[in-house]
Amino acid sequence: MEIRPILSSLSRHKITAWLVIIEIALTCAIVCNAVFLISQRVDRMNMVSGIAEHELVEIQLANLGVRPDAKARTQEDLAALRKIPGVTQVSLANQMPFSDSETNNSIKLDPTQKLPSLSAALYWGENLAQTFGTQLVVGRNLREDDYRDLDAVNKAAAGGDPNDKALPRVLVITQAVADKLWPGKNPLGRFIYFGKTPETVVGVVAHLVRPASFSQGAEFSLLVPIRPVVGDGSSYLIRTAPQERQRVLKAALAALKALDPRRVVIEKRTWDDVRSEFFQNDRAMTGLLVGVCVALLVVTALGIVGLGSFWVAQRRRTIGVRRALGATRGNILHYFQTENFLLATIGIVIGMVLAYAINLFLMLHYELPRLPVIYFPVGAVLLWSIGQLAVLGPALRAAAVPPVVATRSV
Amino acid sequence: MFGYYLDMALHSLRRNRMLTALMVLAIALGIGASMTTLTVLHVLSGDPLPGTSQTLFYPQLEPRDMDGYQPTDEPPDQLTWIDGMNLLHARRADRQALMTGGTVPVQPVQSSVDPFYSDARYTTADFFPMFKAPMLYGRAWSASDDDSKARVAVISSKLNDKLFSGKDSTGQMLQLGDDAVRIVGVLDRWRPNPHFYDINISGSYGPTEDVFLPLSTARDLKLTNNGMMNCWGGHNDHLEIAPCTWLQFWVQLDSPAKVAAYREYLTHYSQEQKALGRFQRPVNIRLLDLMGWLDYQKVVPSDVRLQTWLAFGFLLVCLVNTVGLMLAKFMRRAGELGVRRALGASKRALFAQLLVESGVIGLSGGICGLLLAFVGLWLVRQRPSSYAGLAQLDMSMLLTTFLLAIGASLIAGLLPAWRACQITPALQLKSN
Repeated sequence: MEIRPILSSLSRHKITAWLVIIEIALTCAIVCNAVFLISQRVDRMNMVSGIAEHELVEIQLANLGVRPDAKARTQEDLAALRKIPGVTQVSLANQMPFSDSETNNSIKLDPTQKLPSLSAALYWGENLAQTFGTQLVVGRNLREDDYRDLDAVNKAAAGGDPNDKALPRVLVITQAVADKLWPGKNPLGRFIYFGKTPETVVGVVAHLVRPASFSQGAEFSLLVPIRPVVGDGSSYLIRTAPQERQRVLKAALAALKALDPRRVVIEKRTWDDVRSEFFQNDRAMTGLLVGVCVALLVVTALGIVGLGSFWVAQRRRTIGVRRALGATRGNILHYFQTENFLLATIGIVIGMVLAYAINLFLMLHYELPRLPVIYFPVGAVLLWSIGQLAVLGPALRAAAVPPVVATRSV
Repeated sequence: MFGYYLDMALHSLRRNRMLTALMVLAIALGIGASMTTLTVLHVLSGDPLPGTSQTLFYPQLEPRDMDGYQPTDEPPDQLTWIDGMNLLHARRADRQALMTGGTVPVQPVQSSVDPFYSDARYTTADFFPMFKAPMLYGRAWSASDDDSKARVAVISSKLNDKLFSGKDSTGQMLQLGDDAVRIVGVLDRWRPNPHFYDINISGSYGPTEDVFLPLSTARDLKLTNNGMMNCWGGHNDHLEIAPCTWLQFWVQLDSPAKVAAYREYLTHYSQEQKALGRFQRPVNIRLLDLMGWLDYQKVVPSDVRLQTWLAFGFLLVCLVNTVGLMLAKFMRRAGELGVRRALGASKRALFAQLLVESGVIGLSGGICGLLLAFVGLWLVRQRPSSYAGLAQLDMSMLLTTFLLAIGASLIAGLLPAWRACQITPALQLKSN
């Protein structure tokens, strides 16, 4: 197809042509970045937790007043929960993945080290790994004789003796921590320091995500052998078959209430709810971004349709003359398609540059990675197709103009 | 004349109903989206205490040990108990309050209501006058109540409604677990946004606490603390001596001279603590005012800013789209315009006529956009975020919307109208 006549005709509608180009460019730039943001959100919402999410329920209780017998109460609670039919594992956890409160500790490989090696989330609770259902890669899980009571640990830590027997001596780390601290080496038997206290690595789990501060290393988590007591933000976690969760949750609440009615239930939910509540803002943002992308593409497409219709109406006579001089319907159709293709191409080229600039701006302000190169060809194809689809209607109408129009005046 | 132009415009718009609808809709969508996001941004980045905020300051000290020290470190966001108490008792500011968040178990007197947990704030006497917290009944507690660990409390009107059906409850006892405190005051409706005095609580835009207790009393009753806590060095169970920052401290300084003097005092205090061996790092203090502190803490969620950028990008595309369509439409009528010019209509008259036509589009788009903004804000309010309930259109935003709509319609109308007026009448007449 000859391009020159198209260019010369466009040059008579410079402003309108440029407006179409600008519109396509802006749409291209915004949609590329919006889709990229969507993909980032989707990745975040699908983050691997490393635990048996569909088998867990959470119950968080708070005491009314100070409980001197909290330790005994906790053991009774755990025993009662274990007795509920269908329950496979039970634990009291100090914190859990996908919650807003987080306990972290900076760790070192050598107590004299100036800067900490990394800051990791600490998970503790007897039988916690088994209840979470974390997958052991190498070594062993924590054993009963590894565990220390939380109050004794606190007292010993305050005492300042790094070799106090009341302090935990072993821990389990995630693969991510192992890879960061000792890349390519066997982590078993190596030491991690909490302050001046050395802890021996006895096991590595495949995945265990931290509660919330993912930017500091999403899977920098440690399992330490400490027994918490009920209250103070700790949660009972109960593992059971997926279809049993609602029944077990009800039975567990009844059992806990029977043991001590003077307690307030802060949370009672399945783990699926935990995940869905934690990521609700991301879900809303994703919905919004999708909505804006669709709206942008529709507005742009309708704009092309409208403009195409005008141009066709305006050139009816010229089209008639061309048809009378021997141009086929195909020629006319291709003319408008090529014209749209040209405009779209210029728009896409400018749009890509703009998309890259917006991405640089976002990287600066929103901790986003660089826009993957694949977005450019995909975005181009998308906008070309939308342009072609939008112009098809007006172009077909143009092709249907009969040659006889040439002989009529006004 | 205007009436005639309006008639002409409506006539012309009726000729291409689909197209008119498309142009109005595009402008409406753009304005609706921008106004929704701009309103949310406006609400979230607003001043929580207009008229007072410029006299409120947030002192920061650097009490940490040399472990992990880097010269570029900012001082911690909060104070230790020792420093907080020292600054509080020094009374170098016009007013000062030390505080932290917590939760308390509330046991209603009526047996029909189950015990529940309420958010609480443990603070000192100046909190209420300094932040201009309005009292519905009674009064705040005094500094001597702080010193004597008095069993007193101020409660929110919400809790007062729930427990005492909105009656004056001062003098009544409030049962918190095993302990009871006497209610001395009931706050009137008060919800500063953001929750500036402790931004770590529920996403910075949470509601005001229901129970206010003297900090000393809360520590004495061993009530649960909430919020951020950062510790270094050795571990310690007693927060009063632990090397942990967990308290917020606010001061009121009424003149620039006092601000300078307080800054000097903080430096002096840090040097003194360093000489005592308590502080080890180089002296590093901050004294940001309220709005400066919110800015430093990046309180406005980045998602909200991103949404605003996105909405304005969308508006831009919608405007370009409308300008293009309108231009094409006007150019198509070149013949008609040429005839009118030849018959003696001035350029100005044509321009005015076309501007009326595009103005009608822009204005209808703006009005529809305003309606869409109301729908959009309603949608935002249905969302789960803590700030959702705040998304309301106020007078200033209504005015902004109106100006935006007029501006958008002018931009969308001026260029096409001007361009169409440049037609040479003779040429148009000849070509037909």
